[in-house]
Amino acid sequence: MNILVSIKQVPDMESKFKVNKEGTWYDGADLAWRMNEYDEYAVEQAVQLKEKTGADLTVICIGPERVKEAMKKALAMGCDRGVHVVDEASFEKDPYSIAAIIAEFARPKSFDLIFTGMQSQDRGSAQVGTLAAEMLGLPCITTIVDFAFEKGTVTVKRELEGGVKARVTAPTPALVTCQLGLNTPRYPTLPNIMKAKKKELLSLPVADLLNISVQQETTRLYFPEKKGGGLVLEGDLGDLADKLIRILKEKTTVLA
Amino acid sequence: MKTLLVAEYREGRLQNNVNDLMAFANKAGADSTMFLVGSKTDLPQFQGKLYLADTEKCGEYNPEVHKELLLDVVAKVKPDMVIFSHSSYGWDLAPRVAFALKATQISEVVDFVDGVPIVPVCNSKLRRKVTPKTDITVLTLQAGAFSLTDQTPVTPIVEMISTPATGTIRFGGYEQAEKGGIDLTKAQVIVSAGRGIGKPENIGMIAKLAQALKGEYGASRPVVDSEWAEHNRQVGTTGQTVSPKLYMACGISGAIQHLAGMKKSEFVVAINTDKDAPIGEMADVLVVVDLKQFIPLLTERILAL
Ligand SMILES: Cc1cc2nc3c(=O)[nH]c(=O)nc-3n(C[C@H](O)[C@H](O)[C@H](O)COP(=O)(O)OP(=O)(O)OC[C@H]3O[C@@H](n4cnc5c(N)ncnc54)[C@H](O)[C@@H]3O)c2cc1C
Repeated sequence: MNILVSIKQVPDMESKFKVNKEGTWYDGADLAWRMNEYDEYAVEQAVQLKEKTGADLTVICIGPERVKEAMKKALAMGCDRGVHVVDEASFEKDPYSIAAIIAEFARPKSFDLIFTGMQSQDRGSAQVGTLAAEMLGLPCITTIVDFAFEKGTVTVKRELEGGVKARVTAPTPALVTCQLGLNTPRYPTLPNIMKAKKKELLSLPVADLLNISVQQETTRLYFPEKKGGGLVLEGDLGDLADKLIRILKEKTTVLA
Repeated sequence: MKTLLVAEYREGRLQNNVNDLMAFANKAGADSTMFLVGSKTDLPQFQGKLYLADTEKCGEYNPEVHKELLLDVVAKVKPDMVIFSHSSYGWDLAPRVAFALKATQISEVVDFVDGVPIVPVCNSKLRRKVTPKTDITVLTLQAGAFSLTDQTPVTPIVEMISTPATGTIRFGGYEQAEKGGIDLTKAQVIVSAGRGIGKPENIGMIAKLAQALKGEYGASRPVVDSEWAEHNRQVGTTGQTVSPKLYMACGISGAIQHLAGMKKSEFVVAINTDKDAPIGEMADVLVVVDLKQFIPLLTERILAL
């Protein structure tokens, strides 16, 4: 059995963002990067399945040199090999292009299962996994919070609104997109980090896999106007506590 | 411009987000038609033509079946835009339809200015104007971003549709959220813990502050996913919707899915080390401080009142 997990590297969302000089994306300099949170669940689920079935597990990631850090984490979590699609301009690509690259890589390999995150933390389009599945003609189930695989069938729970879940099954080959809370992503241990250094990490130029053009463009990226936004308090701890208590007494009835 | 609005129906009920779709069509000044896999017993208040497939025949949501039904309607209506809600239904179905139509999809639209969709980036810290380059565009709308002001009761002109498609994905029933335990919806004060609390032991200080304010403690999703708090304490789209007199968000960034659950609170205090955290937009007061130092001190002073 062959499994693919597709991951993205994203900035830490607590970063101080700056807009690039073209005004079309955030400036990549001075940001801390990490594996997209949703993808950590995808990697964990893929690794658990590999451990259970002895499957072969490949991790793919598209982006510049720095994304290798996220790939190394995936390898240390238990993926067998990495495929780095080298693309300095991946940030400009729309979900359709990213999906096309993944699908082009996956097509000849005939993976039984493909795992992705349900969305990325920066773009949040929630499209890439589903589009890749459509391109490959695979059944796709999104937003899974529970996963089981037996005898060529995946049985999952899809998360809906308000805590409701739908039980869904699909035959493999299939693609699933993983939601927060699906499992508990493991922390790579030191021995596994060492082992991961010896694992194969293949680099492919993006031009080898991309044969379509973008369907949409970001014409402007900007900071939203501060609309509401109330009072901002900063300073000495004791003063802050007293100020906040005074405000609560004035504006609410909870301390009455 | 012509839009096709994709309404949702689940477990015997038309979903409320149908109003967001109509509000969007109004704002865009578009001619609209609606699509629904639902029932004649619960029709949307929509003035216009509704293509309706009967859920009794099609069953609950099946992406492959709904895709075929919708593509048939698109072929008849020839819309410029197909509009979904950015919901578990919308984000699941939209990319499938977009792909079949060779249309680009723009997800989680929060505004539509001079015909250009605007979407959030990086947990709403940034915004992005997106220009589509395909003939048809598929949009999913962020919940609550477009809202209908007044509504006169109307009934749509219904045309029934069906499909022989069955697909390979099978629906096996719903699981409801666990009931029982604490009911946050009744609390007058809620102090919520986010990932910023750092470790499970710190739930204690959040609970103490909640107690000092005679309220309950709640949590954001990562705190619940890590099992630091029970699911019935989760606030947000996949948890509880609350409206207390005071909501305190401690170490919570303010993701849209969290805000959706607490935006009806009367007074909101955020405690966060990040001055730019999106929760600041919703908060009446943002205290920029390390919660681990601040909360015990605040609790002590409240108790001393
Ligand atoms: C379909 C879907 C449904 C979802 N449903 C929900 C839902 O119902 N409820 C929900 O909450 N989320 C939900 N989410 C997840 C949501 O998108 C966010 O990931 C989540 O709300 C983030 O939680 P958080 O703010 O606690 O963590 P983070 O976003 O990681 O934020 C942590 C915050 O803590 C601050 N911080 C860090 N250290 C300190 C400190 N020492 N003192 C003070 N502040 C500090 C940081 O500056 C940051 O702002 C959903 C997501 C999806 C895709």
